[in-house]
Amino acid sequence: MQLATLFKVTLLGLVLTAAGCSTTGGGSDAGAAGADVNGESAYGAGDRAALSAEEQAAADAARAAAEAEQLLNITTFYFDFDQTTIKQEARAALEAHAAYLVQSGSNVVLEGHADERGTREYNLALGERRAQAVARYLAALGVSSQQIESVSYGEERAASLGHDETSWSLNRRVDLRYGR
Amino acid sequence: MTSHILRITLVLFMAAGFLRPAWAALEIEITQGVDNPTRIAAVPFGWQGSSILPENVAQIVSADLSRSGQFVAMNERNMMSLPTRADQVYYRDWRILNQEFLLIGQVTPHETGGYRVHYELFDVYKQQRIVEGNVKAGRNELRDAAHLISDKIYERLTGIKGAFSTRIAYVTVDRKADGRERVRLLVADADGFREKVIRDSREPIMSPHWSPDGNKLAYVSFESRRPAVYIQDVSTGKREKVPSFKGINSAPAWSPDGRKLAMTLSKDGNPEIYIYNIASRQFTRVTRHFGIDTEPSWTADGKALIFTSSRGGKPQIYRKQLQTGKLERLTFEGDYNARGRLSADGRYLVMVHRRQGIFHIAVQDLKRDRVRVLTQTDLDESPSIAPNGSMIIYATNDRNKAILAFVSLDGRVKSRGPSKFGDVREPAWSPL
Repeated sequence: MQLATLFKVTLLGLVLTAAGCSTTGGGSDAGAAGADVNGESAYGAGDRAALSAEEQAAADAARAAAEAEQLLNITTFYFDFDQTTIKQEARAALEAHAAYLVQSGSNVVLEGHADERGTREYNLALGERRAQAVARYLAALGVSSQQIESVSYGEERAASLGHDETSWSLNRRVDLRYGR
Repeated sequence: MTSHILRITLVLFMAAGFLRPAWAALEIEITQGVDNPTRIAAVPFGWQGSSILPENVAQIVSADLSRSGQFVAMNERNMMSLPTRADQVYYRDWRILNQEFLLIGQVTPHETGGYRVHYELFDVYKQQRIVEGNVKAGRNELRDAAHLISDKIYERLTGIKGAFSTRIAYVTVDRKADGRERVRLLVADADGFREKVIRDSREPIMSPHWSPDGNKLAYVSFESRRPAVYIQDVSTGKREKVPSFKGINSAPAWSPDGRKLAMTLSKDGNPEIYIYNIASRQFTRVTRHFGIDTEPSWTADGKALIFTSSRGGKPQIYRKQLQTGKLERLTFEGDYNARGRLSADGRYLVMVHRRQGIFHIAVQDLKRDRVRVLTQTDLDESPSIAPNGSMIIYATNDRNKAILAFVSLDGRVKSRGPSKFGDVREPAWSPL
């Protein structure tokens, strides 16, 4: 829990720094195109416009950070019965995790799980397939395979203990955990 | 098929020291027995010793035989006489009570601090003694003696070897208030008594499997935060870890000669069956397919493996000949057949079978390819066949509690194991 908070704080810092960098970087890159226009305003309109642009950039960065943080808060990804394909709604969050992993170089453990139906050993295999599906998705987004570890718990670690579809749907999942 | 309900409540008095007795109650419920169970009266055994006997031998035998579903044991309160020697037996008494067989016996102290148990079985109608024997038992072995007597009687009266002296390994999970789990691998007698902790862990334990000599268990433990196979000596506790790889290391199954373990490894990227040679610590790959291959089990001759594979799209059971490599699909009925176990004669395939979305234990007669669903409950799994082929123990759910239950291979006898504490799962029946 504490670790997760620490990550978020670090992350917010990273995103802000990144946003700052890209503003300055973007400024110099766009310099050729924008020099004429902005050159004038820099002299003419003075500090006020520059300030508001900076403020705007900071606000944008803060919003992006907040959005990323929200997405990074999502660490459980659910699957359909007997399925190992990543759902559409999981993609944005996985992309945020991928971006964070690429940037931070952190390690991540993907814990694959299955619901209780069917045999335990087959479910262990199913859990591994789910973890591997997430691993492949992260790898496709540039995360090094060295950073990813997949572990299947099969049906041994239920998130919800009921014996109904509601519980089962909560148990068919991959939990993403950041390592040391 | 008529189903008679018979409830045996065994209350075991355990003297923990002299002053602090602890009570342990175990309830086994036979929910369905055979149509005409054999009626047997087991008279309390005689005992001349100065102390109270720690075990009631006749009661243990009665419970054993009743649990098979093939016998009904008489309640001792209804007996007209309590003979302990042959010359005290009046057949007429037992005929009036409608009993077919009568067991009597005596326990005498043995100089080593243990006991000598003498027993005699009579055929009430033929008015003949048909079995007589002596069993020596150590100080804490009276229950063993009783189970041995049950085995002898069962074999004499049914023609099938008794399996009452066997043990069952299983896994229990207790969930604590803080959400942490206490997982234990346990071994108990086939009647649920004398439970012993083999392994205590906070991480999952699964798939226990007995070595053919009954001395060791192979099982999967997540104690290193990933599944790995361990081999542990049941009496000494000595343990070794089977070399493990990235991914799944699971589903151990001893070969009939005890020298090898078939198991599942996913080090190649997806689950494949391997054979691990215990002495040389070498692995040999058996399957090669991008589907899921798991849950291997040996045929009795050790020449082939059966296993679950999703290579056809859904989990089905296949058999692979190890010498020729010949592969054969065994199951075709239904879209989920998994974790197969073969009867000792190789004729019956016991498995988890899904029918209309519900998971049952089913048996397939491999000669006639007919599938028979044996259980009416849901979430049934982990079937394990008794070494004499009489019964299957499996895990199921009863009113949201995970319990162990029994069903005979022919589906005629059903009983529920004791639901003591926590979740009970993954039973494995020991060899004889």
